[in-house]
Amino acid sequence: MHPERVYFYGTCLVDLFYPEAGMAGIRLLRRAGVEVLFPDGQTCCGQPAFNCGYWEEARGVARSQVALFPLDIPVVLPSGSCAGMMRNHYPELFHGEPDEARVRAFSGRVFELTQFLVDVLEVKLEDLGEPVKVTWHSSCHALRDLGLAGQPQALLGQLANVEVAPLARERECCGFGGTFSVRHPEISGAMACDKAADAVATGASRVLSTDGGCLLNVQGALEAKGAALRAQHIAEFLWERTHAR
Amino acid sequence: MHAETGFRESAAQALGDPQIRANFRRAMDGLMAKRAAQFPDPADLQALRSLGTAIRARSLLKLPELLEQLEASCLRNGIQVHWARTCEEGNELILGLLRARGATRLVKGKSMVSEEMGLNHFLEEHGVEALESDLGEYIIQLDQETPSHIIMPAIHKNKTQIARQFSQKIKDAKYTEDVDELTALARKVLRRKFLEADAGLSGVNFAVADTGTLCLVENEGNGRMSTHVPALHIAVMGLEKVVETLEDVAPLYALLTRSATGQAVSTYLNLVRGPRGPGELDGPREVHLVILDNGRSRIYADPQLRATLRCIRCGACMNHCPVYTRVGGHAYQAVYPGPIGKILTPQMEGVGVRHELLHGSSLCGACSEVCPVEIPIPEIIVRLRREATHRDPGSSVEGRGTGRTATEDLAWRVWAAVLSRPGAYRFAAWCATRFRNLIPGGLPLLKAWTLARGKPVPARRSLQERVREEGIPHG
Repeated sequence: MHPERVYFYGTCLVDLFYPEAGMAGIRLLRRAGVEVLFPDGQTCCGQPAFNCGYWEEARGVARSQVALFPLDIPVVLPSGSCAGMMRNHYPELFHGEPDEARVRAFSGRVFELTQFLVDVLEVKLEDLGEPVKVTWHSSCHALRDLGLAGQPQALLGQLANVEVAPLARERECCGFGGTFSVRHPEISGAMACDKAADAVATGASRVLSTDGGCLLNVQGALEAKGAALRAQHIAEFLWERTHAR
Repeated sequence: MHAETGFRESAAQALGDPQIRANFRRAMDGLMAKRAAQFPDPADLQALRSLGTAIRARSLLKLPELLEQLEASCLRNGIQVHWARTCEEGNELILGLLRARGATRLVKGKSMVSEEMGLNHFLEEHGVEALESDLGEYIIQLDQETPSHIIMPAIHKNKTQIARQFSQKIKDAKYTEDVDELTALARKVLRRKFLEADAGLSGVNFAVADTGTLCLVENEGNGRMSTHVPALHIAVMGLEKVVETLEDVAPLYALLTRSATGQAVSTYLNLVRGPRGPGELDGPREVHLVILDNGRSRIYADPQLRATLRCIRCGACMNHCPVYTRVGGHAYQAVYPGPIGKILTPQMEGVGVRHELLHGSSLCGACSEVCPVEIPIPEIIVRLRREATHRDPGSSVEGRGTGRTATEDLAWRVWAAVLSRPGAYRFAAWCATRFRNLIPGGLPLLKAWTLARGKPVPARRSLQERVREEGIPHG
C-alpha cells in the first residue's frame, strides 16, 4: 500500500554532517508521490547512551523524539543504525514503562530509507548520469541489527550507468561503532584504515553506504590516506543520478 | 596473571606489531572461508543452528536435574565425580587425586577450563609436571605463553617463529621450516611423555546426562592418548557442558567442527564411558570428572545472561570478529578472548574490573551472526555495560555498578539534557555549523578520532536549516 504521507527523521549525523543526504532522501520520497513531514525539534535517537548502558538518559531523549511523531504514518530515516535503534531497541528500552505501548506503536512505523523506497514504494529509478564506478559498504547495524536485505543494492542495480565494484570484506565493520571509535581509537582507526584501503583497491570513485557514522569514519580514513575516493550517502548519490538538472 | 595493563594498551601494542597483524589476518581470512565452504546453503545452516540453539537452551533449562543425572550415570559407569565451586577448589581437588596416587607426571589434552583454573602453574608449584600434548598448546607452553585462541592456541605464530623456537628449546632439534618435520619433532617428544605419564587430563566438549558419556572432540589423537594411556584419567568441565542424550551430541558436533575449523568432522571423537573393564586390554584404571562452577551458576540465574552458557567453544565468534582479527587473543588478557570472552570474562571476574573489555566492541554483530548456538553477544555486551554502571536491584551480576565514573556520568547527563531540549540542540548545532572550522582538534574525543582519521567538519548549514528554507512542512 502506497502511503500518502510520511515523517522524515533526519538523525543527528545527517543533520550536522550530511544535510545533502537528508535533502536527497526527502526529494526521493516526494518524487515517489509521498508528502513528507519533517517535525521540528528532532535531535537524536538516543542510541549512544543506550549502547553505553545509560538507559535513563537514553529514555529521556527517546521520549522527547517519539512525541514529535503523533500521526499513524511511517517514519523514514536515512540511517540503518538509528532505524534499528528505534525499531528494535525502543521496545526493550521502554519495557515496563508507562508509555511502552505508545513507543511500541511508534517503533512499528519506523523504516530505513532504502528499505522504504524498495519494499513499500517500489520505486523505479532512471539513471541520467555518466558512467561511473562505485563500491558499496554495508553498515553493520543496517545489515545485522535492522536486517536490511539487499535493498540498497537493488536500488543501485536499477542504475544503468553505475558499475558497483565489489568491496573486499564488504560485510566487515568499518570500525565506527559510535563511542567505540573514541574509546578504542587505535583499533577503530586500524579498522577504518583497512576499510579505506579495500575501498581504494576497487578503483571506484565513491564508496557508498546507508549510514552517516560509516561515512564519517571511512571518509576520515580516506582523507588521512590522501585518497581521491570519496564516501557518500546512498540517498545523495541516488538523487544525483536520477534528478534532471 | 591478568590486567596488569589494560586492554587498550595491549591492543595498541598488538596493532603496532606487523607480524601479529599479518598472522591473524591471514589465519582469520582462511578460517572464515573454510567455515563458509562448510555451509553452502543458508537455509540448511539456519536449520542446524536453530536445532543446536534449541538443544543448548533445553539443556540449560534443565541444568540442575541434568547435572544430578550426569553424576548418577557417571558413577554407574565407574567415573568418580567431583564438584568444584571455585578454581582454587578445582586445583586442590586435582592435586589431591594426583598425590594420592603418587603421580608427578601429567599429560594434558586441550582444556580451556584448566586454563581458566591456572592448573599448570598451580601443579608446577606443587611439584607436578603438566605437559600440554595438543600441538598448539605444546608450542605455546614451550614459550610459557597463554593460548591466543580457544581452538588454535598458537594461531598467532607462523612457521618461521615455531621453527626458531623448536630449534632452541627441543633437545637435539635441527632447524627446519618444514611443517611435517616440525610436527614429527613434537610427536617424538610427546610419544615418550604419553608412555611415561602417571596421569592424563582432558577437557570435555559434551557430557551426556543419561548415559554418563564424556565426549571429547580433537584432531591430533593426543586427546585419545591422554585419556587412554595413563592409568589415571581426570576430565574437567564447566558445569554448563551437559546435554540430555547422545542424540543431542550429533548436531552440536556438526556445528562445532564446521564452525571452528571448517571441518565436516574432526579426526577424532572420543566417547569416554568409564575406566577399563574386566578383561579389557587398554584404557585407564580410574576415571574422574571434575565439574567446575566458577561463577557459572550465577550466570545461570539470570534468564538473559544464561544464553552465555550455550557456548560450545567453537571460536567462530573470534574468527569473524574484526577487533579480534586486528589485535589477536593476547590483547584481551583473558582466558577466553574475542566476543565470547568479552561477555564471559566480565561475568566471571566482575563487570567493573573488565569495563574496558566490554567497550572493546563496535557492536557490529558479526559474532552473533556466525554463532552456531545464536548467542546474542552484542545484546549481552550492552546489558553488561549497563550492569557495570548501575546497581539495579535484583541483578546478580558480579561487580555491578563498579565501573561507573563521575566524569562519564556527568557527560551522559549533559548529553541527555541537550538532546531532550530542541532549543538546546538547535543552539549546539548552530554553533557546530557556524564555527565548523574553529573546533579545536585538541578536544579529547576529537583527538582520539584524529589519531587515524581526518578531522570531521560539520556542514555549513544543518539539515534542519535546509528543511526550513525549503518549506518542508513540520506536520
